[in-house]
Amino acid sequence: MLCVKPYGMLCKIFVVPFYEMWDLPDIFVQTLWEGLVGGTLYSLIALGFVLVFKASGVFNFAQGIMVVFAALSLVGLHSIGVPAFLALILAAGIMFVLAYSVERVVLRPLVNQPDIILFMATFGLTYFLIGLGELIFGGDPKVMITKQLYIPTGALSFDFGGGRVELQKLDITAMVVASVMVAGLAVFFSKTRIGRALRAVADSHKAALSVGISLNQIWVIVWFAAGLVALVTGIMWGARSEVSFALEIIALKALPVLILGGFTSIPGAIVGGLIIGIGEKVGEIYWGPLLGGGIESWLAYMIALAFLLFRPQGLFGEKIIERI
Amino acid sequence: MRMKGLLVGAVLAATAVTPALVSSASAQDTIYVPLFSYRTGPFANSGIPIANGMADYLNMLNERDGGIGGVKLVVEECETGYNTEKGVACYESTKSKNPVVTNPYSTGITLQLIPRASVDKIPMLSMAYGLSASAVGESFPWIFNPPATYWDGLSMIIKYIADKEGGFDKLKGKTIGYIFFDGGYGREPLPLLDIFAKKYGFETKLYPVPPAEMQNQSGQWLNVRKDKPDWMIMWGWGAMNPTAVKEAARIKFPMNKFVGIWWSGGDDDARPAGDDAKGYTTLNFNGVGTNYPAIQDIIKHVVSKGKTQTQPDKVGENLYNRGVYNSVLIAEAIRNAQKITGKKAITGEDMRRGLESLTITQARWKELGLEGFGAPITAVSCKDHNGHHAAYMQQWDGKKWVKISDWISPLKDEVRPLLEAAAKDYVTKNAGWPKRTESCDKPS
Repeated sequence: MLCVKPYGMLCKIFVVPFYEMWDLPDIFVQTLWEGLVGGTLYSLIALGFVLVFKASGVFNFAQGIMVVFAALSLVGLHSIGVPAFLALILAAGIMFVLAYSVERVVLRPLVNQPDIILFMATFGLTYFLIGLGELIFGGDPKVMITKQLYIPTGALSFDFGGGRVELQKLDITAMVVASVMVAGLAVFFSKTRIGRALRAVADSHKAALSVGISLNQIWVIVWFAAGLVALVTGIMWGARSEVSFALEIIALKALPVLILGGFTSIPGAIVGGLIIGIGEKVGEIYWGPLLGGGIESWLAYMIALAFLLFRPQGLFGEKIIERI
Repeated sequence: MRMKGLLVGAVLAATAVTPALVSSASAQDTIYVPLFSYRTGPFANSGIPIANGMADYLNMLNERDGGIGGVKLVVEECETGYNTEKGVACYESTKSKNPVVTNPYSTGITLQLIPRASVDKIPMLSMAYGLSASAVGESFPWIFNPPATYWDGLSMIIKYIADKEGGFDKLKGKTIGYIFFDGGYGREPLPLLDIFAKKYGFETKLYPVPPAEMQNQSGQWLNVRKDKPDWMIMWGWGAMNPTAVKEAARIKFPMNKFVGIWWSGGDDDARPAGDDAKGYTTLNFNGVGTNYPAIQDIIKHVVSKGKTQTQPDKVGENLYNRGVYNSVLIAEAIRNAQKITGKKAITGEDMRRGLESLTITQARWKELGLEGFGAPITAVSCKDHNGHHAAYMQQWDGKKWVKISDWISPLKDEVRPLLEAAAKDYVTKNAGWPKRTESCDKPS
């Protein structure tokens, strides 16, 4: 009704979405909120990638399956009678054992190998963890132990703009936990000795070794941190849906976040995640129907690519000039 | 050194010859039934119970009756992960073992294998999935998709909605949302939905869910909230289903107006949402629960003896029983083929004849120990490889599925001409598609 020929399509692209935002402010606020929650969780996943990349220059393809493995460990331990919080600690312990094993079995023998070799090794790790996970826990999905972990459920509802806005308590918890975790890790890696050592390792393995930094120790710490991030991500995504191997695919959503935020920047992962999260939700709700819907899966990449046109190194990535 | 070489040679020769001997013996003394299944990956929540039900029923026949017609069944699973490439690899790895049927359990895999069935002389059973148009036996003599096509399913859902609204004329002006897995499976009913929308005057809203976003549907459901459709229909699978049910509950969509196809009605699809899923409704064409003598036989001969991969408390759940239903069709077609041909160890070509004249009357369901488990299969024929049989609506009560309707017949008069047109279109687009030369048997 709003659009008349011959400006129909232009009107639908440039007028109708903004009219809808104005006309239904509750839906708009809800959209922003959902985007913010999704974005925070993307940030969390991206953070796992960034930590490992900073320390070892490796794009850890296994981060997605680590999310699944960590969540399955937690739920699996609880299902055999381990109390929820003890299961949480033990699941963190399993992620430490995994980090230690990865360092000993995968990374150490490949020191100073080309990056692509390490990258391929994380592929191998992915398939190993898929197989191990299915062997131990089976392929059927599990319900996250939300109540047992005292994660609140239900919603806070309030009237807004003639409608209703609902904030799921689970989402609020996810936001708070993710924010605390991101802040904690950011402080840990920027203000502590280990953090400085990590930055040294990221700059040059050889130089770091020459000043007495233990490469192996740093790798274990970083992979363990990535494992903890995976555990938290698995709990939050698992509570929103279920704990299944399908969660692994969601982790790939971190790719556009990394393209946008840069592979080495923790603030980049955070801001990139929020931009992608909010951008894709707003795009899906207001422009998605024009394109047949379901545009979220590629819109995130479009947003990232659009940013790259102006900042090829990403939002916070380092501008590297190499002599050729 | 020479002796060592001879020994190695003998071992290698024996290794090469043994499978051939085994294979030839198998072909004579057993019937090989490969089951493509997916116990791993993003669709495992739907795939596992079905795989268990399929395998357990056939294994029960082996344990209880010594197979079918005195011939043991060799049941072998091949893991596809619901991945089309892996499914094709499963087909290639099993076809040399003389399978009597291909059972792909994926629309994507079915679409890839349809052209191969007539070449390799292995019939394909895509039970209530796959290409709807393959119901036309004249064009697809080797493909069978009873008891109902996706198009039948959609027509039954529209019929149910019309009934709740007070008649087809009351659909005018209504808005019906369609949330679907954005792949071959979910897109299959779209042409018919479009036709129904025009005919009955309702508006449709489409909400595709890309495979990578199955567990991230908040965008789709916010759009549902914005559009306020009167009814929602779902064509979901795998992790998409429980996520959609949770999201629908989150936006407080009336669950009794949220209707899924039969593949969206697993217990694990509704259970994670707890009480919030109460009222969620789906089509179904098989009975649920363990209160059937045949299911009790499965428990007695297979489950309690530990010859299964299923957890005992999962026996009787909807998708487990769906797997049982699938194997009942296979078993009855084998029995029928044995009857028609007089052979005990049948071939794929015999099985095709068995499937084409398959009949399961109400009395036969009872004989099988499954009285009331499914609608009578009476309409499969050389021309009609589906039969367009009835299904019913079930509703989640917070703990289990409850039957809430009588058997609903599809709008066959409307669906069948469209299927025939689609089959004709398929044949035209696939140049050189073989004309049917297979003879026609009378129904069993």
